[in-house]
Amino acid sequence: MNSIKIETIHYSLNYGNFRAIEDISIKIPEKQVTALIGPSGCGKSTFLRSFNRMNDLIPGVTTEGEILLDGEDIFKMDPVSLRQRVGMVFQKPNPFPKSIYDNVAYGPRVNGLKDHKKLDEIVERSLRGAALWDEVKDNLNKSGLALSGGQQQRLCIARALAVEPSVILMDEPAASLDPIATLRIEDLIRMLVENYTIVIVTHNMQQAGRVSDYTAFFFTDETRTGRLVEYDRTQVIFTNPKDKRTEDYITGRFG
Amino acid sequence: MQRRYRIDKGIKYLLFFSAIVSIIIVFLIFFFIFQSSLPAFQQIGLRNILLETTWRPTNGQYGILAMIVGSVMVTFMAIVMGVPLALGAAIFLAEVAPRAVQNVFRSAIQLLAGIPSVVYGLFGMVVLVPIVRRIPVPGNSGYGLLSAAIVLAVMILPTITSVTEDALRAVPRSYKEASLALGATHWQTIIHVMIPAAKSGIIAALILGVGRAIGETMAMIMVIGNSVIMPTPLTDNPLTIFLRQARTLTGNIAVEINYATGLHESMLFATGVVLFILIMIINASAHLILRNGERS
Repeated sequence: MNSIKIETIHYSLNYGNFRAIEDISIKIPEKQVTALIGPSGCGKSTFLRSFNRMNDLIPGVTTEGEILLDGEDIFKMDPVSLRQRVGMVFQKPNPFPKSIYDNVAYGPRVNGLKDHKKLDEIVERSLRGAALWDEVKDNLNKSGLALSGGQQQRLCIARALAVEPSVILMDEPAASLDPIATLRIEDLIRMLVENYTIVIVTHNMQQAGRVSDYTAFFFTDETRTGRLVEYDRTQVIFTNPKDKRTEDYITGRFG
Repeated sequence: MQRRYRIDKGIKYLLFFSAIVSIIIVFLIFFFIFQSSLPAFQQIGLRNILLETTWRPTNGQYGILAMIVGSVMVTFMAIVMGVPLALGAAIFLAEVAPRAVQNVFRSAIQLLAGIPSVVYGLFGMVVLVPIVRRIPVPGNSGYGLLSAAIVLAVMILPTITSVTEDALRAVPRSYKEASLALGATHWQTIIHVMIPAAKSGIIAALILGVGRAIGETMAMIMVIGNSVIMPTPLTDNPLTIFLRQARTLTGNIAVEINYATGLHESMLFATGVVLFILIMIINASAHLILRNGERS
């Protein structure tokens, strides 16, 4: 196993009085793809959004336990600098209503970079990194919203790369894309994992099987509190799960 | 089945009738004002009306340039003072304030919108004018452009605030999340993402505010002094121009219509026409700015 990038220790999260996820301890290895799977409402997205503290935006959220990034407690960090280290790609492509260039340059600019040459370099490198450069290099001033859905999502990945994070969170990044665009995103994920730690939430079992090295299976019962059932190498989860619920889920018996 | 069909058709005519009535009323007003103003334009001439500053109906002098300048100046000053305040309040309500505070502030601001303009005028006369009068400049009566603009700024506050707040709230959540997830601060997110995305709504808010400001009559009559003078500084200091008394186009109509007859009366209608065209120009240019902004 590679070195540990993110570790959660007895982590729980409540929305007011409602406990959304409970007692999750997991070690996410560096430069690997870790998939979070499970039925709707099992808390996997909430868990993912804990890693860059996006849940802070929701009033009434409280947490227990710890989340460590490179051994450092993220709840003691400034959320702004945390989010520069942990990037995120959302379920629906959400480029800003700005040009392609300005979308990618947004992160470096808010971090204070003004040098045009450096920005040009970062924009090109990030778009290449997201496998979008060849399609848009002549139209960098075109609105990001004019791209197709799959291109928009790759633009959002490029935008995340521009901040130079070490972790990229992906919340069902292909859920709103057609099969071909989905495959391109999956190829891209395998490419990115050379340099980044990736955590991906997906509803698609085949996708988890194709792109991830490790898989965490979340489940919930009538209390609607999400719990971690099983976490192992993806191969093991898919061929030899230890828990009956995992087996039932991945073979499609429920969920 | 037949009956339902008939009701459906009946309702359609009813709705058509309501729409047509409002259009007819608008046209009747247009027609009436233009017709009544016609003698003034014919006998005095456009040049003498728009480019002369002397308003002396008893002497046959009907120049309204000083009042056009008065209206435009007081509106512009109110916008300069009121808009930053309104935008700040809207951003605070939409983005910063906790829900409980939001409700209190929003009710308070909406209450401002419900105060009749004569009460604003009263407040201006009793509170504001005495304060402005303390500025030690010879010839400063307290009544004038500054007092009027402050009253007007407060009056346009609720409109601009609530429309801007709605525009900010209509910005998709995903934009905000994307910006924060890229390591932008809340303030950077507001400035670089939320406000640009809400731009068309904010400009609509400004148009509404300008329209309200330039059309305001009663409160203006009560605090602006109503002298028909081309605004000039009272002393060597150019800033004292803001202490000068003035008259607005709306005020001119309201003050004199009770005793005006003949050509004088027609001239007041002509004032209304000028006001009407002024508002159309402002609206059209705002729309133009808006459309150009969206294209780029």
